[in-house]
Amino acid sequence: MSKRNPEYDFAWCPGCGDFGVRRALQVALEGYSVEHEEPQANNVVVAGIGCSGNMVHLVEGDQPFGIHGIHGRSLPIAFGVKQGNPKLNTVVVAGDGDFLSIGGEHLGPAANRNTNITAVVMDNGVYGLTKGQSSPTSEFGAVTTSTPLGKIETPVSPLKLYMSIGVTYIASYYSSKPRVLAKMIQEAMNHQGFSIVHVQSPCTTYNDTYDILKGKPKEGIKGLAFEIPEDHDPSSVEDANDLLSRPGVPLGVIFKKEGKTLQDRYEGLMARAPKRTNDELLDSYLLQ
Amino acid sequence: MDKHDFVIRFAGEGGQGLVTSADALARAAAHAGYFVQTHSTFPSQIMGGPASSQVRISTTPVLSSGDGVDVLVALNQYAYDHHHEDILPGGVTVYNAEEYELPEGGSYFGIKADELAKSTGNARAANMVTIGAVAQLIDFKLEEIDAFITQRFTRGRDGDAEIIEANIKAVRLGVEVAASSGFKVGQLESANAPDYKQIVITGNAALSMGAVAAGLDFYAGYPISPATTVLVWMENNLWGEGRFVHQVASEIEAINALIGAGFAGKKAMTATAGPGFSLMSEGLGLAWMAEIPLVVTNVQRGGPATGLPTKSEQSDLFSCMHPAHGDIKMPVLAPGTIEECFFAGALATNWAERYQGPVILVTEFGLAERGENIRRPDLSKVSTESRATVSEGDTGKRYDSWDGSTPLGGMPIPGGAGAYVANGSEHDEIGDTTHLPRHHVRLMERRFKKLDLLNGAHYEIENADADVIIMPWGSSKGPAREAYDRLREQGENVGWLYSVALNPLPEEVKDVLKSGKKIIVPELNYLGQWSALLRMEGYNAESVVQYTGLPFRPADLVTRISERIGAGVTA
Repeated sequence: MSKRNPEYDFAWCPGCGDFGVRRALQVALEGYSVEHEEPQANNVVVAGIGCSGNMVHLVEGDQPFGIHGIHGRSLPIAFGVKQGNPKLNTVVVAGDGDFLSIGGEHLGPAANRNTNITAVVMDNGVYGLTKGQSSPTSEFGAVTTSTPLGKIETPVSPLKLYMSIGVTYIASYYSSKPRVLAKMIQEAMNHQGFSIVHVQSPCTTYNDTYDILKGKPKEGIKGLAFEIPEDHDPSSVEDANDLLSRPGVPLGVIFKKEGKTLQDRYEGLMARAPKRTNDELLDSYLLQ
Repeated sequence: MDKHDFVIRFAGEGGQGLVTSADALARAAAHAGYFVQTHSTFPSQIMGGPASSQVRISTTPVLSSGDGVDVLVALNQYAYDHHHEDILPGGVTVYNAEEYELPEGGSYFGIKADELAKSTGNARAANMVTIGAVAQLIDFKLEEIDAFITQRFTRGRDGDAEIIEANIKAVRLGVEVAASSGFKVGQLESANAPDYKQIVITGNAALSMGAVAAGLDFYAGYPISPATTVLVWMENNLWGEGRFVHQVASEIEAINALIGAGFAGKKAMTATAGPGFSLMSEGLGLAWMAEIPLVVTNVQRGGPATGLPTKSEQSDLFSCMHPAHGDIKMPVLAPGTIEECFFAGALATNWAERYQGPVILVTEFGLAERGENIRRPDLSKVSTESRATVSEGDTGKRYDSWDGSTPLGGMPIPGGAGAYVANGSEHDEIGDTTHLPRHHVRLMERRFKKLDLLNGAHYEIENADADVIIMPWGSSKGPAREAYDRLREQGENVGWLYSVALNPLPEEVKDVLKSGKKIIVPELNYLGQWSALLRMEGYNAESVVQYTGLPFRPADLVTRISERIGAGVTA
């Protein structure tokens, strides 16, 4: 249940990483509205299906508009929202299954268009809501309910994938520090073009990776997550690729390139576009 | 012999200018005040392959592509072999004597169009040679063709006069060949030119124009025969402040982009054909559930799977009504003529706004690309409806219960008041997920009740007290109407029922169906889909089906309907 709706039919498990992402998203949406002096009503959150998809109902406080759509299609829905009204701050929330498996076909087109939308991906390496199946980011050999003898596909490397298809803003973080994550999400919203904030958001029930990510400093065990070095230049493709060739989960902005958005390019065509009234258009078919 | 109606078919290979010839003849005839309708068939390939394009010219509005062919222009042996059976009694073939010869003694003569065209100094005028021969055979006034040529080639360029002269000369050379053959197919009666302004337009352009007239301002689509020309039309015309048009990566992207745009306040449409429509199923379910206004045009081709991409079939009706899983019955508009395509394009856009949900506009290959001269629609008479919205202080919620006794509540638009979640999961008033029985019951009833708002589509009822009523849908309307007229002329007591709206049906149409009379549905599919849907509602309907990929011939319908009612009438 949610605070505003006692009959709401869904709850995340205790300790779910998505709580942290929700907090960060809330702060980022509010921060964006204040920064641009716009009402919360100018924010639209588009969600797919899965634990992550419920994010759209669980954001508390002043409400944004939302779409809780169908599995894998949050990017094309967000494309329609944004091109329908370019003034709307349009944010996709999706899980790794939603975004990279069933919805993977929409990534390339979104990158090619450089649609001015932001995607916040909650990666937990498992299908949680259907109770623990292998996902695109599950490790090779992972034993899940759908791979009882071990997964025999190599996992997707999401950050390398985003880099290779030309996403113009790529950040990577985890759910444990919502305030820092919020800043990153807000920066992504401000980025002109297609931005992805890929968040490690552990599933405490089926794939609890908190320790693997953060390590156990007291026991001297290092985690997979590492801070991006200060001399990293996010505008450099080379730096970004270098960073992504390192093992582990980088924390911070990996790549950022300003350029024209789809809307910029579209408006560029408007000057050359035909300008005819409906009557003039119809008259072009007149029998003469 | 005076005739009021001729069919001229050009058959050969794709790329031989078949469509150009039929189109030129159609335009010349329309120019002279006749009614015309073209129809083409071609293989699903870019160039070559057996193809044909025909024009029916008449002194009265043309309802169908006709029973057969009066003049066949066969550009190769294959074309002759495959089309000569369609020649009507008294018909004549003009064959391409540069390509092949036919044995002496038949109702045909050869012509060397290329050679004759070259002699005029313009090798590109070969189709005018052929048109000249056709004109001679049906006694089409040459001055009308001359006027058409003059108008067509007056383009403000230096060579205009020469081109016009060569083309007119080419026509005369064709006339001479036909005259010396001694054949005559008949004499075309004088035209009764209509006193209203006419446009010459295809079904796809007409429905696009109609949708734009009703305020369409968002289009996303993906190329697919025979719907591609709607995308191309939009890419060329849907420009201007606040409008957006884009070719997206798949039909799945198209339907989902429409959902986003409809949610954001746009009047959105896409057009596709069977395979793409199948891909849109899940998205259509979401639009129904979340109540998003949008229009999906399904220009049917033959199915299933890749099926027959460039042929006519009416076999997607089940999927149009029930495109997705769960309890859904989509509003469906099925225009049967080019003029109806225009008005259905507008009405579909208005319906989506009025009931805040998805609307299916279903047409066919047979309508999509055929050209026809129709009355120019008066745009000032096209109503433009926009959804009710909400403003600050409104107490209504997006998904309130609704029983039809009050106006439907407004739809909040992002940027404005009433923030909510458009939800594909069952939900409460503000769109939050809840699967409690009372909410599911409440919203299921709301979604279906909204269909009651949809009326205003064209319908026709004639002789409803007859024993048997003919009720075609979509483009089978034309041939069925010709068959109906002939049956009536022969004294058969048959009635006529026709509705552009297939769901919901107008009350007046339902009243006729409820009378329990036998309803005969001519339709181009195997399953008899429309009659099956009517039977599902308890009506006494049965189909006369055809699944050849070609439109009905009125004569065949006369025979088959007559057999069905035991009348013993033949065409």
